[in-house]
Amino acid sequence: MNKELTKKWVITLVGWVIAITFFFPIFWMAITAFKTEKGAYSPDLIFWPTLESFADVFARSNYFQYARNSILISFGSTILCFILAVPAAYKIAFFPTKRTQSTLLWMLSTKMMPSVGVLIPIYILWQYLGLLDTIPGLIIIFTLINLPIAVWMSYTYFCEVPQGILEAARIDGADVWKELWYLLRPMTMPGLASTALLLIIFSWNEAFWSINLSNANAQPLTMFIASYSSPEGLFWAKLSAASFLAVAPIMVLGWLTQKQLVRGLTFGAVK
Amino acid sequence: MTELSYEAVEAEKALHPPVSPPGSAGRSGRLKSWLMAPAVISLLLWMIVPLGMTIYFSFIRYNLLNPTNSGFAFFENYIFLAGDPSFWPAIINTLLFIGSVLVISIVFGVLFAVLYDQEFFGKNVAMLLVIAPFFVMPTVSALVWKNMIMHPVYGLISLVCQKPGLPAIDWFAQYPLFSVIVIVSWEWIPFSFLILVTAIKSLDREQREAAAIDGAGPIAQFFYIVVPHLGRAMAVVVMIETIFLLSVFAEIYTTTGGGPGNATTTLAYLVYALGLQQFDAGIASAGGILAVILANIVSIFLVRMLARNLQTAN
Repeated sequence: MNKELTKKWVITLVGWVIAITFFFPIFWMAITAFKTEKGAYSPDLIFWPTLESFADVFARSNYFQYARNSILISFGSTILCFILAVPAAYKIAFFPTKRTQSTLLWMLSTKMMPSVGVLIPIYILWQYLGLLDTIPGLIIIFTLINLPIAVWMSYTYFCEVPQGILEAARIDGADVWKELWYLLRPMTMPGLASTALLLIIFSWNEAFWSINLSNANAQPLTMFIASYSSPEGLFWAKLSAASFLAVAPIMVLGWLTQKQLVRGLTFGAVK
Repeated sequence: MTELSYEAVEAEKALHPPVSPPGSAGRSGRLKSWLMAPAVISLLLWMIVPLGMTIYFSFIRYNLLNPTNSGFAFFENYIFLAGDPSFWPAIINTLLFIGSVLVISIVFGVLFAVLYDQEFFGKNVAMLLVIAPFFVMPTVSALVWKNMIMHPVYGLISLVCQKPGLPAIDWFAQYPLFSVIVIVSWEWIPFSFLILVTAIKSLDREQREAAAIDGAGPIAQFFYIVVPHLGRAMAVVVMIETIFLLSVFAEIYTTTGGGPGNATTTLAYLVYALGLQQFDAGIASAGGILAVILANIVSIFLVRMLARNLQTAN
């Protein structure tokens, strides 16, 4: 056996040991979700899978209301984000002036304000405006948090569009909206779609604002899971089943967008 | 327009001058500024209104439950905050927490990046598994770790430790801050890894080969070629993570609630406790301003770096 191949097998082994160790808590949660409440406390890997815990989660409380809130909030804020971000990114990418670059930079810098710095005024403002514990209230917050990412990512995808095509369209008399809809939308669709997925993931997992600004009506799944932290009793199988339902779809989306994640979170500082 | 002659195209151009190429401040450029207005105005409101209110609140007496206690307070809130028995522990906890998570995520991120830069069997699938924790919502990772991994009796760590007869450890009672650090590191190593593994791809292979010929071993190569090459990406990871870590809240809220005592009370948790549990908006705002100042120190460097990149991109 040659040395190269031995080396490759050693790296394979180390790489997989790390990967499995890292993934283990998630795997363990997924396994426990299919156990009975009694079986959840034993570390057996071989057991008779049951959907009991899932049935309990659906029966207990109003699981579907939490899920609906999460879906409404993450999709709502993503759509709103795009409505605000795409025209801005279009202008910055195709009609740059001396000031557009610094405006873009300023937009990115708003992402660097720590949420905790504005928690108190937002809480008081939202109470005053009747937005506390409402879905629109959370949609507004998540839109504003994600807006810099949306602008930046749309901007980078627009920059990849060849200039010649746009100029040809303009000579043919296309206005802004036609250009955005008939040319840029199809050309940048893959990029914008992955941006949308990324924004949905961020909103879905956001916990700081959803814990502090929602109470009974607008609680998303992050809060539903947090309700299992109460010391009244440990229900591991149910906790796992609820977590599994909240995490699994988003993880699949996350795996699909992992390449865009670097682009979206570093604002081009790492290529 | 394919049938048109050269002259016709020129005439057409004279009638409808082509739009200005990017980079030039043409008339059409200024005309389309309104497209940017909705985004700029919403972000401007988001920046100015709440931040202005935080600054204002931090200088007045403002208790949400006691409206009679009002008036200008000068630096009273800040002085009161500094005198709060959990303030200095919170600052130390915040620094310890952010510092540890940063060191852990950079060290593991670099090591993993070097490892996963090699080709091996099933690499792409293995990478997905390493990245996965980043997509788990904070409340889920906090509770899964607290209950199923670190539980003093039934937790996996205890079960493994009991086999050779090691004493069981009640992680969240004995080492609360460390436990929170472990959970948050688990969430943020994937982020650091993803960025560093992207950055390491641009490393010049020939440079390493030349170093190897000159007699540099793998360790020397790592410290003199790989680490300097990743310097910039590491700086980016440090800055971005610092800003996010300053607001870490859900992991503490669901596991320890800032305790025992104030062992896991960070600045973010203290602001929450002062403002939304004790309803003293004035003092909590003073704490919020402190967090903003800390974040700004970091973001100055980050913004400068981004500005340089935008310039070179054009």
